[in-house]
Amino acid sequence: MSSLIPAEFFVRVDHQRCRRCKRCVMNCGFGALSFQDRVVADHKKCVACHRCATFCPEGAITIEKNPLAYKESGHWLPEYRKNIMKQAETGGMLLTGMGNDRPYFSYFDHMVLDACQVTNPSIDPLREPMELRTYLGSKPSALEFEEAPDGVRLKTQLAPQVKLDTPMVFGAMSYGSISLNAHRALARAAKEMGILMNTGEGGLHKDLYPFSDRIIVQVASGRFGVNQEYLNHGAVVEIKIGQGAKPGIGGHLPGEKVSQEVSETRMIPLGTDALSPAPHHDIYSIEDLAQLIYALKEATNWTRPVSVKIAAVHNVAAIASGIARAGADIIYIDGFRGGTGAAPTIIRDHVGIPIEMALAAVDDRLRKEGIRNRVSLICAGGIRHAGDMAKAIALGADAVAIGTAALIAMGCHVCQKCHTGNCSWGIATQRPELVRRLDPELAAEHLCNLIRAWSLELKEILGALGVNAVESLRGSRERLRGVGLSRVDLDILGIKPAGR
Amino acid sequence: MMQIDARGMYYRDLNKMIKEAAWAGETEFILDNVNGQRYIGTGVDRKVNITINGVPGNDLAAFANGPVITVNANAQDAIGNTMNDGLVVVHGLAGDVLGYAMRGGRIYIKDDVGYRVGIHMKEYRRQVPVIIAGGRAGDFFGEYMAGGIMMLLGLNRKPGQPLAGDYLGTGMHGGVIYLRGEVAAYRLGKEVAVFALDDGDEKTLQKYLGEFCDCFGLDYNQVREEKFCKLVPVSHRPYGRLYAG
Repeated sequence: MSSLIPAEFFVRVDHQRCRRCKRCVMNCGFGALSFQDRVVADHKKCVACHRCATFCPEGAITIEKNPLAYKESGHWLPEYRKNIMKQAETGGMLLTGMGNDRPYFSYFDHMVLDACQVTNPSIDPLREPMELRTYLGSKPSALEFEEAPDGVRLKTQLAPQVKLDTPMVFGAMSYGSISLNAHRALARAAKEMGILMNTGEGGLHKDLYPFSDRIIVQVASGRFGVNQEYLNHGAVVEIKIGQGAKPGIGGHLPGEKVSQEVSETRMIPLGTDALSPAPHHDIYSIEDLAQLIYALKEATNWTRPVSVKIAAVHNVAAIASGIARAGADIIYIDGFRGGTGAAPTIIRDHVGIPIEMALAAVDDRLRKEGIRNRVSLICAGGIRHAGDMAKAIALGADAVAIGTAALIAMGCHVCQKCHTGNCSWGIATQRPELVRRLDPELAAEHLCNLIRAWSLELKEILGALGVNAVESLRGSRERLRGVGLSRVDLDILGIKPAGR
Repeated sequence: MMQIDARGMYYRDLNKMIKEAAWAGETEFILDNVNGQRYIGTGVDRKVNITINGVPGNDLAAFANGPVITVNANAQDAIGNTMNDGLVVVHGLAGDVLGYAMRGGRIYIKDDVGYRVGIHMKEYRRQVPVIIAGGRAGDFFGEYMAGGIMMLLGLNRKPGQPLAGDYLGTGMHGGVIYLRGEVAAYRLGKEVAVFALDDGDEKTLQKYLGEFCDCFGLDYNQVREEKFCKLVPVSHRPYGRLYAG
């Protein structure tokens, strides 16, 4: 029986303007368009990725929401009805891609930054130096110096540090969930801009070895592609415990996406399912986590910072404290808006907490325990612009990770169909004819532009705040005010309401 | 040959000493009085021989890529974590989570092993990891197994004692588990089924079980007197029909 679910979108082709070049037909990764004397759309297959509309030379295509799909209801939203119909037809869990798209309250949108007026001069970042450099790694509680023949020398032995030219890294996205060309672009841009890319849990393709000093290599529960050579090719080694889009849930790369190259990179046979169990089965406690952290430090001869990535969940502050005490150098916290290549919709949309709350709680807890210096905090999960970044830094982040924003810079139109592997933009796909569409050089250029633009904006914000280094904003919650937040919200965020 | 008295030594100092010497060309190590030091052989990517007199700590040979390690005592948890190549021989029993996500090399344990042994073991091209335990095993033996070879012999098994715990081969979607004797059906994961051995299996047993027997001075033919069977996954895609798309 064919599906009775109404189409979500209509593909409108203006046949007056269409010159039948069939470019749209070739460009659709989802098979929604065909040519039968003229362009014909199978509306049900359209996901609104806008590839056809973008590349139509005549501008003859528009994508519309199906206006009459469902009778209005404030409770039984069209989304829910469509999902129930789909599940009634298949009996399966719903899968989705990218981050939580539900209209939850945004704390970022209810916080504003301070600026200098009259009594405390602002700084013009165009004329005066403005420092964005950030070092990721554990910092000592105190520094000791000693006399040396050539003057004074630092006696304290510093833990390994990794330099960022601007307080941003690319979020963890595996080769498998995204294409090799997307990985190439991220690596190039990371190198060019002095930041880091993150392999995710799918291993590191040999083509990216030249970018080793700009790569975070992940070790997840499936240990795909993890061997000594892999660990040696990372500037940071990261233990992936959780992901904001699917806290407590493992990963599952279906065999269809395990192509020859993916198979070589993950070191698993061609076409087999790559299952990442939900937990690391050697980690059931903070002590077990410490064991793996130190195993990785041993394996890399104590030359790399070890990061631990977790999803923002209810107890995140206590968990982060445990992670810091377990010997991690970096904690990467991914909020409930964080993206994914594939996750059950029900988990993505209903599990985890906002990054703003998680970050404030973690920073606060670590400070109160006197161990904030032991770890760098990377926060992620829905950072949309330099304003979000500046607010996150003021709440206590050392750096932010951007995943979805980076994908959009490469061409992603956020259609949330990453899990299908049909990405028309050549990003979240392994189909060779689609992957070819993404020019790694051009995509890297766009990524560099984005990083540059956000860095300029961050400098403007810092200048307005009257500080000349991003360090001066870090954890400076006095520079934030809440608008329309409850007392409890303000208390957790550690900020005052506007007007106070 | 380098002989180290590890009594009271901090694990970092011990491992640094081994690695520096190995990187400088030393190939024979004898460690005496080892008592719980972790990470011995971890990240060692040279073909060196390490003999351990005493009980090594957790994560022995983690991320190892080539060393041959002999333990003349019992060993603890997480031996061969994400091991790529090498050989670990334990003349005693060992703990939980052995060979987690191991991709190559062999781990031979003379006696019993704990829980979750061989979890997420995988193979890739010519790398086929092998774990053989001479005794009995705890629950979740071969869980999530995606490739490689495991054998459980129960040589010390007394009448009425089970060979393995529950959930044997749960989530298994690749590789093979050989069992000496029988296991009650209720202990098996739902993703596996029992089969009789074929000619290919005989060759595998001769190669690896033969080597195991040589390590521990056992008579191969005597070990083979009891009937063996094998567990293999019934599907390489156990989780294929979970999603609505």
